[in-house]
Amino acid sequence: MAVIDYDTISVGDPLPPLTLPALDRTRLALFAGASGDHVPLHIDIDAARRAGMPDVFGHGMLSMACLGRLLTGWAPQSALRSFDARFVGITHLHNVITCTGKVIEKREQDGQKFVRVDVQATNQHGEKKTLGEALFALA
Amino acid sequence: MEIEKGRLRFFARTIGETDPIYTDEAAAKAAGYRSLPAPPTFIFAAELEAGTVLDALRAMGVNLGRILHGEQQFTYLAPVCAGDTITVASQISDIYDKKNGALEFIVKDSTVTNQHGMPVATMRSVIVVRN
Repeated sequence: MAVIDYDTISVGDPLPPLTLPALDRTRLALFAGASGDHVPLHIDIDAARRAGMPDVFGHGMLSMACLGRLLTGWAPQSALRSFDARFVGITHLHNVITCTGKVIEKREQDGQKFVRVDVQATNQHGEKKTLGEALFALA
Repeated sequence: MEIEKGRLRFFARTIGETDPIYTDEAAAKAAGYRSLPAPPTFIFAAELEAGTVLDALRAMGVNLGRILHGEQQFTYLAPVCAGDTITVASQISDIYDKKNGALEFIVKDSTVTNQHGMPVATMRSVIVVRN
C-alpha cells in the first residue's frame, strides 16, 4: 500500500515510473472485457480496417488505467480527489508504454493538504500518448 | 452496476496491477477499505457495460467506427468498493466542431451515486467524431 508524507514531498519530485509490457492483441481483448468497452475498433481488425485504421489499437482508458496505477502506487487511492487525462496520440500494437509523473504543486487550504501531480504515458520512441493531472488530499 | 470482486480482480490483472489491496480482500481491509476498492478509472466501465453510451451515440447518428476518446475527467467524492451498486446518470452537455466540421466533439457529463443515494464521483468524457 502506498504511503506518503506531505512534509517530505517537494515540487518537482518524480513518481516512481512504470513501464508496461509491449501492447498486444491479448491485452486489448482482455481489457475490452474487463472495462466493458466493446467498441470493435480495439478488438476486431476487420472493423478497424473498415474505419480506415491499419489495425486495432489501444483503448485510451487502458492508458489512463495504467496512469492510475502510477498514481495509486505513489499515494493511497483514498486520497485521490480528481484525475483527468487527454488522449493525444493513439497507442499502437507493440508500443512499449512508460508512465511517468511529477509533483507540480503543494498547497494547504482549509486545513487540507493538497498535492497536484502531472502524469504522462509515452511510447518507446518518446511520443506522448496520454497526458494527465491528478489531485490528492493528504492528511 | 453491481461492483463484483471477481470483476475487479479481472480488471486489476488486465492492467497489470500488483498492489494486493486490489485483489486480496484482507489486504484491502487492512488498508482501511470495506472490501476491494474499484481502481480510479474502473467506474467508467459501468455505463459502457450497460451499452447506453453507444446506443445514445448511434441514436445521434454517430458512426461508431469514427469515434475516438479525446479526454476523460473524474472527481472522487467517496470510495467505491466491491459490494456497492453504482448508478450513472449522464447528459450530453455540449457539442462543438473544429476544422469546419471535420472533427466534432461531444461532451458528456455524468454523476455516479451508490446504493445509498450518495454521490461518489462525477465524470466528464469528450468524444471526438472524425467526419
